[in-house]
Amino acid sequence: MSDVTLHHGAEHAAEPHKHGHHHPFLQHHFEDLGQQHEASTLGMWFFVAQEILFFGGAFCAYFVYRAMYHDAWKLGSHHQDWKIGAANTIVLIGSSLTMALAVWGAQGARRKFTTLMLVLTLILGGIFVGVKGYEYSVHIHHGLFPGAQTYTNVESAPELTRGVELFMTFYFTMTGLHALHMVIGAGLLLWFIKRTWRGDFGPEYYGPVEIMGLYWHFVDIVWIFLFPLLYLV
Amino acid sequence: MATSHNPDHVDHIGHAPAHHRSSLLSYFAVFMTLMVLTVVTVWVSRINLGDLNTPVAMAIAIVKATVVILWFMHVIHSPRMTWIVVISSFLWLAVMFVLFFADYMTRGWPLS
Repeated sequence: MSDVTLHHGAEHAAEPHKHGHHHPFLQHHFEDLGQQHEASTLGMWFFVAQEILFFGGAFCAYFVYRAMYHDAWKLGSHHQDWKIGAANTIVLIGSSLTMALAVWGAQGARRKFTTLMLVLTLILGGIFVGVKGYEYSVHIHHGLFPGAQTYTNVESAPELTRGVELFMTFYFTMTGLHALHMVIGAGLLLWFIKRTWRGDFGPEYYGPVEIMGLYWHFVDIVWIFLFPLLYLV
Repeated sequence: MATSHNPDHVDHIGHAPAHHRSSLLSYFAVFMTLMVLTVVTVWVSRINLGDLNTPVAMAIAIVKATVVILWFMHVIHSPRMTWIVVISSFLWLAVMFVLFFADYMTRGWPLS
């Protein structure tokens, strides 16, 4: 009955031989773990492909409006603190490093190391989102949000007020969608920390950690483009 | 952990189940590359290149994204099928950008 092992594999992860000769996490429709690993990674890449196009639409719109409101975009960008943005970029790339190291640890059956790396990834991701929240509160305090019509530099360039609001609309939409992905990623990380700690993963079976990594790195890539487009115009 | 399959077994698609494991050093090298490119991004944005500032910033971002995709996301050690999906996803992104701007830049919209 090796084909039912999937349903209670977790509890018996430490006893791979209990249900015959199949790995407890080998799903019955795959021939072996190698095939399962490649199918799941490929599936994740299809998901990432649609995510690329999802964010791609926002970037397209960004460039059109930036060309239409060139000066307002520059002014709006100058209201961003590039030092905070750069620091957050370093934090996020650091979290990608710890995520990659978690996959490396899972490949080598280093349970504690992998758990530690996932916890670090979660902490760095938490710092990123926390800093983003701080930035949002500063913008709102300065009236820098769509519809406010009150941002602080209005005296110097009143004709740009609406354009700056449009810039801030893109800013909040794009960083908000990005932060939403971070929060979802953080939730997934909690689940992976639990699974790693109880010993689900090892050299034979680390595909899910790899897939978690693909998601996390993709979110990192989105930020790599957002940083120069929002902070350094 | 021993499993059913022979380590030398190659399945019917033609690849071995064993996967490549990168060295720890390579991950730190990738991280340092990304850090250097982040510094370059900030530094180059402070030089006035006129209309070239944004293309340069995007070029650096594309290099950074490529580094992440190839090494952090392990595409460089992935089967060809993964390469096809990755490359075609960016191909579709390029199609979206080209058709989008072909419209906005030539058909009487504010950009033209």
